[in-house]
Amino acid sequence: MNFESIFLFVVAGVAIASAILMVTRRNPIMSVLFLIVNFFCLALLYLALNAQFIAIIQILVYAGAIMVLFLFVIMLLNLKDERSRREKPGYTKIIAVALACIVLGELLVSIVVSGTSGLLAASPLAAQLGTVESIGKVMFSEYLLPFEVTSIVLLAAIVGVVVLAKRGSE
Amino acid sequence: MTVASPGVPLNYYLTLGAILFSIGVVGVLTRRNAIIVFMSIELMLNSVNLTLVVFSSYLGNSTGQILVFFVMAVAAAEAAVGLAIIIALFRNKQTVNIDEINIMKW
Repeated sequence: MNFESIFLFVVAGVAIASAILMVTRRNPIMSVLFLIVNFFCLALLYLALNAQFIAIIQILVYAGAIMVLFLFVIMLLNLKDERSRREKPGYTKIIAVALACIVLGELLVSIVVSGTSGLLAASPLAAQLGTVESIGKVMFSEYLLPFEVTSIVLLAAIVGVVVLAKRGSE
Repeated sequence: MTVASPGVPLNYYLTLGAILFSIGVVGVLTRRNAIIVFMSIELMLNSVNLTLVVFSSYLGNSTGQILVFFVMAVAAAEAAVGLAIIIALFRNKQTVNIDEINIMKW
């Protein structure tokens, strides 16, 4: 057991536990908080994988912006009576968990047969890949067009949100 | 910081991604609160992001990290639009329970 695998197991354990808690909590605010814990765990894993830029925007964009938006909407809607309402009866839950186990089984089988077990350590190139400089160089040369298209996607989202949110107030 | 030590097999990370994705599937299928269903989808997106970053790092190719950037941009747009839809639904039906929102079912 080297340091890296201990680190991975601890962070992965926290990530899985917080994901399970996120799915099972009744109170949506608790779910948001556990999802933020999960995102921080993933950011730690990105740092361990030398993906510093991705780790930073994981915290800035996901844990910062998107989850604050979720919290904001939950508090805006004031779902107090929603929380106490009964969830679905038990048998649908059992079917859902069984289906998810099948998905997990399929994924694990595909991981085992995909021939990636030979990759035992990060590539020596990885240390330079994740910096802002190298990401920026690739993004603004090879991936310039997708980058510009992303801005159009965001613009469309802004317009859509304004239209959706304004309609009811008239 | 460079990774010089023996490191961790790639399959550990892939397994973690698979487990997180399955937890997201459970959330989408079992929860009735539209906001929590939405958060489960974010969890699934994140597990795929983890897989992309891991492959990028282990294969020494930065394309995976660029893809994660685009996934995050699309996820941000999707979260904004989805939450606006949820607000519009709540305004019309006074609920976010997806069992009661069935006007598009035939």
